[in-house]
Amino acid sequence: MNASPSLRDFLNVTVRDIPRSGIRDFFDIVTTMKDVISLGIGEPDFDTPWHVRESAVFALERGVTHYTSNLGYLDLRQALARYAAKTFGAEYNPQTEVLVTVGVSEALDLALRALINPGDEVLYHEPCYVSYRATILFAHGVPVEVETRAENGFRLTRAMLEARTTPRTKVLMLNFPNNPTGAIMSRADLEDIAAFVRERNLIVITDEIYGELTYDGQHTSLVSLPGMRDRAILLHGFSKAWAMTGFRLGYACGPAELIEAMMKIHQYTMLCASSLSQKAALEALARPETDVTEMVDEYRRRRNFIAAALVEMGLPCHRPLGAFYAFPSIAGLGLSSRDFALKLLHEERVAVVPGTAFGVCGEGFVRCAYATSMRNIEEAMLRLKRFVARLKSGA
Amino acid sequence: MDELLKILQTNALESRENLARMLGCSVTDIEKRIATFEKSGVIRGYQAILNEDQLDLEKVTAVIEVKVTPQREGGFDTIAERVSRFPEVRSAHLMSGTYDLLLFVEGRTLREVASFVSERLSPLEGVLSTSTHFMLKTYKRFGVLMHQDDSDERLSVSP
Ligand SMILES: Cc1ncc(COP(=O)(O)O)c(C=O)c1O
Repeated sequence: MNASPSLRDFLNVTVRDIPRSGIRDFFDIVTTMKDVISLGIGEPDFDTPWHVRESAVFALERGVTHYTSNLGYLDLRQALARYAAKTFGAEYNPQTEVLVTVGVSEALDLALRALINPGDEVLYHEPCYVSYRATILFAHGVPVEVETRAENGFRLTRAMLEARTTPRTKVLMLNFPNNPTGAIMSRADLEDIAAFVRERNLIVITDEIYGELTYDGQHTSLVSLPGMRDRAILLHGFSKAWAMTGFRLGYACGPAELIEAMMKIHQYTMLCASSLSQKAALEALARPETDVTEMVDEYRRRRNFIAAALVEMGLPCHRPLGAFYAFPSIAGLGLSSRDFALKLLHEERVAVVPGTAFGVCGEGFVRCAYATSMRNIEEAMLRLKRFVARLKSGA
Repeated sequence: MDELLKILQTNALESRENLARMLGCSVTDIEKRIATFEKSGVIRGYQAILNEDQLDLEKVTAVIEVKVTPQREGGFDTIAERVSRFPEVRSAHLMSGTYDLLLFVEGRTLREVASFVSERLSPLEGVLSTSTHFMLKTYKRFGVLMHQDDSDERLSVSP
């Protein structure tokens, strides 16, 4: 054999230097074990509503198996514009201001690539969804994390942003309701952020994929605030509220110039989102009140249950207000997040995700997803309680 | 519908403690509310939902459409209540459309059900005609699929 250079040397340095997701890492450990109750799953346990699945079957039978327009089917974009107006409170022109994508994941990547020149700084709040930092880096941006804290209910404030802003700051990324903390922002909270964005002349990418999943009142979207629609890209999709993760369908709404730029990248790299998934999404928009409301009611009951159980066992947890995650603090128990999660997995066969998978400041926390049956949550809370009691007694 | 009733309707065995956590109230509250529903007759009982096809039962179920003449006093209720009292009749509904009552009738054999229809049901005063259909297989009862497994296709940890 030749002493050939390592293939690693051929890799793009940005890609080479980005670590694998901490989630992936943990998944590999969990899959080696049996009878695990997982609170580690960031997707709904509900089945996709049957009328939606049935419409995909029908579309397949009819031969809807071709490329669609780059932006997506027009009737879907029209339905999306109506839905966005009703749910997020901003008007978009379906001809030029709505782009159908392969999940919010793709939309996020497109938005960043459309905006970022090498070296531009992107503000994002941590703990956050695992992809943000990496997606910014792949777009050759400079990720600037802003730490949110449990004392504040993991909300973002203007002061936190100001401390991290420089002349190179171009984009602010928001995600409320938040994965992994379950935090939301009130209208007043968002108004402060909006004023800051206007003053600093920033563009916002707002990932509101959990927008429907709030439990004590209505979600307020950033784009409904004065002036924000014209300097924000709203990202939303069908994965969470409709339990359609495998359909891979999302969309972006924004000012025509930004959507056009995103469309160019999408056109050359993805061409279009799946035709079948687009048909299914159109059907999903036909009766969101019934489908989504039923799931939200069930999530609320689980949220109430898990929040009460955590308090009873003495794990401090700010009240989760949206999405389907609780983010309790395990800081007082003498273990790092990762060691806590590993020990819990080995001793009690319950999987939670170490907070550090969502940013350095996630140390001291674990994410418990309640997108699983009441039976599982109940059993997991019993085991967790036993585990915490053992740690506290120093056993 | 009341949220407590909604939960009980999907799982009547849910513990009082769990119900209290889910609804954010005390166990005593839950007990009081359930007692009130039971007393007022809103909750009339608790039963298991069986997949009877899985049991080797000697049993047939017929769905019977019945046309009746409403009584001078009491309208359809008098005849419907009279019919409902037969233990063979498992459920009875007043319907719109081409017939009036829809009955679910159980017996051990086809013959037993047939004789119930000809000897007890049809001769009743006010019953004009019946049409009997035998049930062959059950796919779903009370909103529960009978042949579905609960396998979880999701990855065990995901972002
Ligand atoms: C905050 C957030 N954004 C985006 C995504 C990805 O969504 P999609 O399935 O639409 O790509 C997730 C999935 O977990 C998420 O939590």
